[in-house]
Amino acid sequence: MTVYIGSGAGFAGDRLDAGVPVVETLKHKDGPRYLIFEVMGERTLAIAQRIKMRKPELGYSPYLEPYLRNVLAGCKEHGITIVTNLGNANPLGGAKRTYELAAELGIEGLRVAVVLGDDLLSFMDADEIADLPTVEGIGIDGKEIVAANAYLGARPVAEAIKLGVDVVLVGRTTDAALVLGPLIHEYGWGPEDWDLLAQGTLAGHLLECGGQVTGGYFCDPGFKDIPGMDVLGFPIGEIEADGTVTITKADNTGGLVNMATVTEQMLYEVHDPSAYLTPDVTLDISNVSLADDGKDRIRVTGAKGTPPPKTLKVTVSADGGWLGESEMIYAGPNALARARLAADIVRKRIAAHGVKEPARIEIVGTGAVYDNDASDRERSKNMPMDGEYRLRAAIRTLDKATAQYVNDEVLSLFCSGPAGGGGYRCNITGQVNTASVLVPRGPVEEQAIAREVEPS
Amino acid sequence: MSDMITLPLHAVAHGRTGDKGNRSNISLIPYVADAYPLLLEQVTPERVLDLFRHKGATDVKRYDLPNLTAMNFVIDNALEGGVNSSLSQDLHGKTLSFMLLGEIEVTVPKSCIPAGSRYL
Repeated sequence: MTVYIGSGAGFAGDRLDAGVPVVETLKHKDGPRYLIFEVMGERTLAIAQRIKMRKPELGYSPYLEPYLRNVLAGCKEHGITIVTNLGNANPLGGAKRTYELAAELGIEGLRVAVVLGDDLLSFMDADEIADLPTVEGIGIDGKEIVAANAYLGARPVAEAIKLGVDVVLVGRTTDAALVLGPLIHEYGWGPEDWDLLAQGTLAGHLLECGGQVTGGYFCDPGFKDIPGMDVLGFPIGEIEADGTVTITKADNTGGLVNMATVTEQMLYEVHDPSAYLTPDVTLDISNVSLADDGKDRIRVTGAKGTPPPKTLKVTVSADGGWLGESEMIYAGPNALARARLAADIVRKRIAAHGVKEPARIEIVGTGAVYDNDASDRERSKNMPMDGEYRLRAAIRTLDKATAQYVNDEVLSLFCSGPAGGGGYRCNITGQVNTASVLVPRGPVEEQAIAREVEPS
Repeated sequence: MSDMITLPLHAVAHGRTGDKGNRSNISLIPYVADAYPLLLEQVTPERVLDLFRHKGATDVKRYDLPNLTAMNFVIDNALEGGVNSSLSQDLHGKTLSFMLLGEIEVTVPKSCIPAGSRYL
């Protein structure tokens, strides 16, 4: 037996139609087949929690309907189970919306299950959460906590699949759990089958970012050429009972799968390759081997597993004030001198106004993204004076008015700044700050449940 | 050796950046496996730290993966506070892999540059 797991999305904002060729490919395969959508980031969850506070029926991903609309009928017809975190802050609300969509599309007999229990705020109070040890990010003392969600592992996902449903909607689990869950269910891998769990987790890590393993976010023209980026094929993992993983992609699509595309994705967001921590297993990829298995097929073996940490990671989100950004462009002869004068004017004006927050006043076109807030590199480098340069001001503030004030100073350069500025753009966006904290497993995992949702 | 050539890493290798909090990781993978031992010798954690120090980087660890002829640099505090507090256009530091590829030079035999490269 081979289990086939395809990816339809690697982040919220990924192509809405990428899952369609994956379903077309999976429907011709013989064996258990799954389609995953991974659409959750730390901040998307906090934003979803806020929406849910205002409207309790919402808080599932706003992309639930557009992603599922393209594949729901095909998956139901061909027995392809959808496993996804489109449930976001409200898997139950997402289930209700999925049933409505099925009714609209004329799909009969659809069954949906959810995984619940990742939302700490539903069973812990905010003070208890604020006392948990922070491993990364802001201090959360004294800040109002908007969201606190633990990364659940693959076990509850497997339990949800076992209910025999067509769609599993989860909230916060590890991304890899969307892949490991189906494998635990199909192969009956036990909680101490460390090397198998490691291979399954690695499969998840390779598939969770969608096109990033098939040439997306990889292509560098003339160096790493990828055909058909406009019709990039999303990946399909073929996983055997012994844990062997083969990464391939949807038929009749662009993109490619080779040693290089798989290696780049394997190390993506990995720190110590011998200790990638998940709630299911500590994954060691330092001795993984890749082998060419034909066109667009790479076989992946050799992941090792050891027991997971005794704690779960929790993302805690709090209000982060405002980010103000504004820009003005200068072009042609002496453009850099004019942009530099504009930057100098804005720095002096906001200092004289008494703005205390650090601001970044930089010149795009000088390598600003590789520079720091003080523009040290730009000042020390000899840049061509003629060309096209864009002034950019950025500031983070707790009050929106200060962000607006800095934007307005850039705007005022039109009549009071250097010659020839144009193309003013501005933005003020509400920010969410996050911290990662650790929580003991027991009390959280007691809350983690999988259950089928009845159509209302 | 007359066939040695000094070029930006971009001629010899590719990589990808990932981020978690204020920590960045950059993978580095040579196009030609023969370049791997030379990159291990020349692309030291110290050189990478020097490259990112102006952004606040405090420490660089390099993890070597000989099976994959790859290495993984983990750079502490490289992201100007990360998504919570960076004022950069690129809050996640996604562009940093190309800074590494563009600004660190290595000396390798010409045979380590893929055929048809514009660097040759």
